Amino acid sequence: MKPLALFSALVLLMACQPSGDDVKAGERPASYGLGHTPTAAEIAAIDIDVNPSGVGLPAGQGTAATGAVVFAQKCAACHGPKGEGIEKNPKLVGREPAAGAVFAADFKQTKTIGNYWPYATTLYDYIHRTMPLSSPNSLTPDETYGLVAFLLTENGVIPPSTTIDAKSLPAVKMPAQKQFVRDNRTGGATFK
Amino acid sequence: MPSGVLGERSPFEQPALAPLNVMQGATSTPLHKLRGTITPSDLFFQRHHNGIALVDPSKYSLTIHGLVDRPLRFSLDELKRFPSETRTYFIECSGNGRAAYRGAKPEMTPQDVDGMTSNAEWTGVLVSTLLREVGPKPSAQWMLAEGGDAALLSRSIPMEKMHSDAMIAYAQNGEPLRAANGYPARLLLPGYEGNMSVKWLRRLEAISEPNMSRDETVKYTDPLPDGTSRQFSFVMDAKSIITAPAFPEKLSGAGWWPITGIAWTGRGKITRVDVSVDGGRSWQLAEIVGDPQPYAHTRFQYMWKWDGKPATIMSRAHDETGYAQPTLDEFRKVRGKGTDYHFNAIRSWNVAADGTVGFGG
Repeated sequence: MKPLALFSALVLLMACQPSGDDVKAGERPASYGLGHTPTAAEIAAIDIDVNPSGVGLPAGQGTAATGAVVFAQKCAACHGPKGEGIEKNPKLVGREPAAGAVFAADFKQTKTIGNYWPYATTLYDYIHRTMPLSSPNSLTPDETYGLVAFLLTENGVIPPSTTIDAKSLPAVKMPAQKQFVRDNRTGGATFK
Repeated sequence: MPSGVLGERSPFEQPALAPLNVMQGATSTPLHKLRGTITPSDLFFQRHHNGIALVDPSKYSLTIHGLVDRPLRFSLDELKRFPSETRTYFIECSGNGRAAYRGAKPEMTPQDVDGMTSNAEWTGVLVSTLLREVGPKPSAQWMLAEGGDAALLSRSIPMEKMHSDAMIAYAQNGEPLRAANGYPARLLLPGYEGNMSVKWLRRLEAISEPNMSRDETVKYTDPLPDGTSRQFSFVMDAKSIITAPAFPEKLSGAGWWPITGIAWTGRGKITRVDVSVDGGRSWQLAEIVGDPQPYAHTRFQYMWKWDGKPATIMSRAHDETGYAQPTLDEFRKVRGKGTDYHFNAIRSWNVAADGTVGFGG
């Protein structure tokens, strides 16, 4: 091929190619190159969840005794001095009714930590992220561990002397855990 | 009168959310004041776990981390630079219908009965598009979604849903999200119970097992008569409600009246709606108005020649899986009188000889 013809062919070939990195309709690049890699500190600042294995639990500890003090100061105004609930603010303490079927039969039966919460780690996760309602996400790890210990003790789940920390909390078995089952609805003709 | 900065409603039309001043609860859509299928953004129902978050869009970010190869943080502007999708979806609170189920009263409006469902056109980026950027590891079977509101609401979502049609929505009915609906960006999970479409979404963490957050264990689980509690009951099953005639409407006399309402299903498309004018003894096929979209409110109507005698009118939705709305008796038997969520039994309205209409349960 003569140099001029080669040059012309190259120009023609290039004209048929997408310019730069643009992609044809319906095609996508491997990455759009947006966003930045968050630093470990940036992730740690918002990665607050705690799971049933205990992942996410911080250092610190508490007992029913230390928790009782925090509860009286920061929780009792809404939930009652013994976690008995005030008006719409939920009752937290009580093992009765224990049988799961009563909840389906009667909506006036109260679900408490002792009769309905399936995982003890959820207490830490929820109290720390959500309570108190007026200043959520403000409790220290020690305050939160104390409240968890106090509430588990009041519900008769742990002995009063138990120290609750990152090691002991995931080991606490909740009375209601066995009643939870996964969704079995799949659509179709049968109502479940 | 001259034009203003916003196109206000006619002063003759005063639709309103109710109840007001809710911090930990729901305020409902006036379904009986609406026609068609789209819920105007200011009438979209709201469910708050600790008030409405006011998020500065310049400070907003979404972080995707956990079991991924490349954790990434996106600004709002960056989310908007990805290819977008625009789709119409309903969002329904899984507690929708609870008050009507537990204590039906004739003077309940469609807003009181089932106003915690609304339908909008959403625009955003598919989560699957973002997952290509971060590269989830094979062990990442779930994602924890967390809001930036005062409740820091968190829910675990199966990775399969995130890969299919989950969306990060930043626009609602053609404009940025309303503050109460998650401004500047929320998760949107078509067909799933509303609270999982986490508003003011601040992070998604790829995880191997569900987190067992309070709102997927203690709340949003269904106690059943056999003593078990059904967990991860994400999908909202088929449902319908007549929005006219309904309380507080009064029919002015015998003659032709349209029986109209909305039907929807979290399992895809509504395929059929039946209407009964004799308390469920016989059923007629209603007309589906327009082209039903999957996971969206679908309008139905049935032209009824009322003879002026007392009548009980009902609607029954069917979806593409062959599912039909259960009767109230069937629902009570299978789920129990005290069950807590997913109330989708057939609703009825009693039309009296004087034309007044009351909710019949």
